[in-house]
Amino acid sequence: MNVSSVKGSMSISSSTSTWKAGDTISDQFPAGLRVLVVDDDPTCLMILEKMLIACLYKVTKCNRAETALSKLRENKNGYDIVLSDVHMPDMDGFKLLEHIGLEMDLPVIMMSADDGKQVVMKGVTHGACDYLIKPVRIEALKNIWQHVVRKRKNEWKEFEQSGSVEEGDRQPKQSDDADYSSSANEGNWKGSKKRKDEEEETDERDDTSTLKKPRVVWSVELHQQFVAAVNQLGIDKAVPKKILELMNVPGLTRENVASHLQKYRLYLRRLSGVSQHQSNLSTIISAQDPTFGSLSSLSGLDLQTLAATGQLPAQSLARLQAAGLGRATAKSGIPITLVDQRNIFSFENPKLRFGEGQQQHMTNKQQVNLLHGIPTTMEPKQLVSLRHAAQSIGNMNMQVPPHGAQNSQNNPLLMQMGQQQQQSRGQILVDSTINHAPRLSSSMGQPILSNGIATNVSSRNGIPENIRAPGYSQTPSMLNFPVNHASELPGNSFALGSTPGVSILTSKGAFQEDVNSEIKGSGGLMPSYDVFNDLNQHKPQSWELQNVGMAFDTSQHSNSLQGNLDLTQSALGQQGFSSGQMNGHNRSAAVANKAMFSTGDVKELGSAQNVNQHLNNLLVDNTIRIKSERVCDTSPANIFPDHFGQDDLMSALLKQQESVASSENEFDFDGYSMNNIPV
Amino acid sequence: MESKHVNRQIAAMRQSFFDEEVLDEKFSQLEQLEGKDNPNFVEEVFTMYFKDSTAFLETIEEAMKTIPIDSIIVDNILHQLKGSSASVGANKVLKEVNKITRQVLGKGNLDGTKASILKLRKEYDSFKAKLEPYFQLKQANSVAQVK
Repeated sequence: MNVSSVKGSMSISSSTSTWKAGDTISDQFPAGLRVLVVDDDPTCLMILEKMLIACLYKVTKCNRAETALSKLRENKNGYDIVLSDVHMPDMDGFKLLEHIGLEMDLPVIMMSADDGKQVVMKGVTHGACDYLIKPVRIEALKNIWQHVVRKRKNEWKEFEQSGSVEEGDRQPKQSDDADYSSSANEGNWKGSKKRKDEEEETDERDDTSTLKKPRVVWSVELHQQFVAAVNQLGIDKAVPKKILELMNVPGLTRENVASHLQKYRLYLRRLSGVSQHQSNLSTIISAQDPTFGSLSSLSGLDLQTLAATGQLPAQSLARLQAAGLGRATAKSGIPITLVDQRNIFSFENPKLRFGEGQQQHMTNKQQVNLLHGIPTTMEPKQLVSLRHAAQSIGNMNMQVPPHGAQNSQNNPLLMQMGQQQQQSRGQILVDSTINHAPRLSSSMGQPILSNGIATNVSSRNGIPENIRAPGYSQTPSMLNFPVNHASELPGNSFALGSTPGVSILTSKGAFQEDVNSEIKGSGGLMPSYDVFNDLNQHKPQSWELQNVGMAFDTSQHSNSLQGNLDLTQSALGQQGFSSGQMNGHNRSAAVANKAMFSTGDVKELGSAQNVNQHLNNLLVDNTIRIKSERVCDTSPANIFPDHFGQDDLMSALLKQQESVASSENEFDFDGYSMNNIPV
Repeated sequence: MESKHVNRQIAAMRQSFFDEEVLDEKFSQLEQLEGKDNPNFVEEVFTMYFKDSTAFLETIEEAMKTIPIDSIIVDNILHQLKGSSASVGANKVLKEVNKITRQVLGKGNLDGTKASILKLRKEYDSFKAKLEPYFQLKQANSVAQVK
């Protein structure tokens, strides 16, 4: 390497000036890329710095995350990309990643000696552009500029979509310099351009303001304004346009707001512990027209995140579902109910690990109660879409927004939803990860109970662990679900609407709509958990409720459900539900169950009773293992108090159970592990 | 010439490291990063590496003496060692670290871990003992050559 020459060029480039597209950087790009590298190991840091310099980048190194953040904040447009280690003593690399995403919107690449799938997945879901395994080779560093370009390009696209004509004009101009020109436009690229040129360009750009799109730095104040606007509008109604209007910040574009909103949703989700699929969810949520692309990513995602975020706009859900259907496999994480993330998040790791086996993740039970105030209203449609998404998700953790704030906290399930707002949140992802080993983790995609329910749900808290839809061993404390709220439940198919707050019901509704196969048990089941957590009391029961509800829905779909999981889950949910009810918990959940089952879907579920029983058993064990086998064990009969057409439910559940049984037990939902839901 | 002889000696030492697999290709990559402007880059890296790793090992050894063993600390340090050893190309050291990591993570088998840590220490010491004279020789030689 010719270090000296590199150094020479380095000195020339000015630091921090914004790179203007159109400058003659194309031939020099990616030289001059401003990289910030953060690693607590001095040896690695030294080597990385040297390698980056050898790539002709302009390097700044830090050995602490805090330092890095303050550098970034001081000089908002001073960097193009960040490389960060995952394991750092003062701050987790993923947290840093979130901060950077929210505040600065820079591409971040994670590095680690750890190449475990979980960690890498975590990186992806937290929004990292890339994940490098140490020892990092210089070849890998030579290509990092692609992430910057890509991001810029995407921003451009958003920008254009927001309808700026000018941008269009400019765009072509920029595009002549290789792709990155345009993308770099926004960024502050430091090419070897002369300062003067840059300045000139800046001026030009300022006029159009679109092309150049100088990176918007989301300062604390700006972010607070943003949050206030979002809260005012309601998380599910918070569309970039309106937020922009409310914020009334000159120079801020709808696009900026849109991308920030996406991140924010992810962030919220993460807070609530759902994070997994936030990115997916956010994408879904934020975009009115969900890009289903994200759906695929959802698969395997924790629905929780989706649910967590709470707000999965109905349309998005619908879309997702559609997309999800296509993607079917992917969806696992799809949002079950994006219900207000905030509210919901109390679940601990709401991540919906539906079947995907991610359930394990759920261990984070963080109670994120974060969201206060953001009413998560899960529109029924959302639920529906969630359902689809739920397919893969299996455990949709439906967060049942506990209206009362129940945050049952530990149960991820719950609810933090407290914030009642939820209007029939479709699915509350209840992450019942709680103690279950199997980690059903909140995958309980339980439908989020409508607001009314939410409160009830909170009572559930008891919901034991992850009621993963299928095979939740935990008897979802669905009972707690205030089934009463059913009314709140969004109209959509959720039976919930009618039912008592049971979110499950809602989910059911949602599921019913489309998810035939989508529902992958998870959807149905999940919610119960969260809700149940609140309910706590009957942990097992709540689950049941959920299951019931879920099963219910799924049962409908069971036919179509491919993922048996869904069914199972729903079945389980139902069972749980029913069992919950049976236990006399009068939990509204029970009521919900009724509502849910009444639809007769239960039949499909097969032995709902079984499910219940199973659930009960499961609950007892406290292991969420959704093992389908177990599910079947439950003796549904007694479980379901006559709520819904138990028979129907039972049958539905049973069916599910059976199918579920076939799948393996451990939660591993991977989508359909449990499912052999007979359709 | 004197320096030629020394050069050959240095080259032979270096080659032996590769032959014995004490070092891997990462080391050569580091060498490529050296240049006129930073001729001692590799040595600087290694100096830093040895300093930190010696401290890490000592910490691990201390941690192993406590009861109960603080596996979190051990884990973190192993992770650090893994990253840095991999980055410098310390092949055998890295292998030992990986072995221990698997053991510790695998079953928390402390006795086995203790034995492995001893082995790690041995490997590390041997590595250090090989590389340090190498760098010293290189350094002396370059100085001599300048003269």
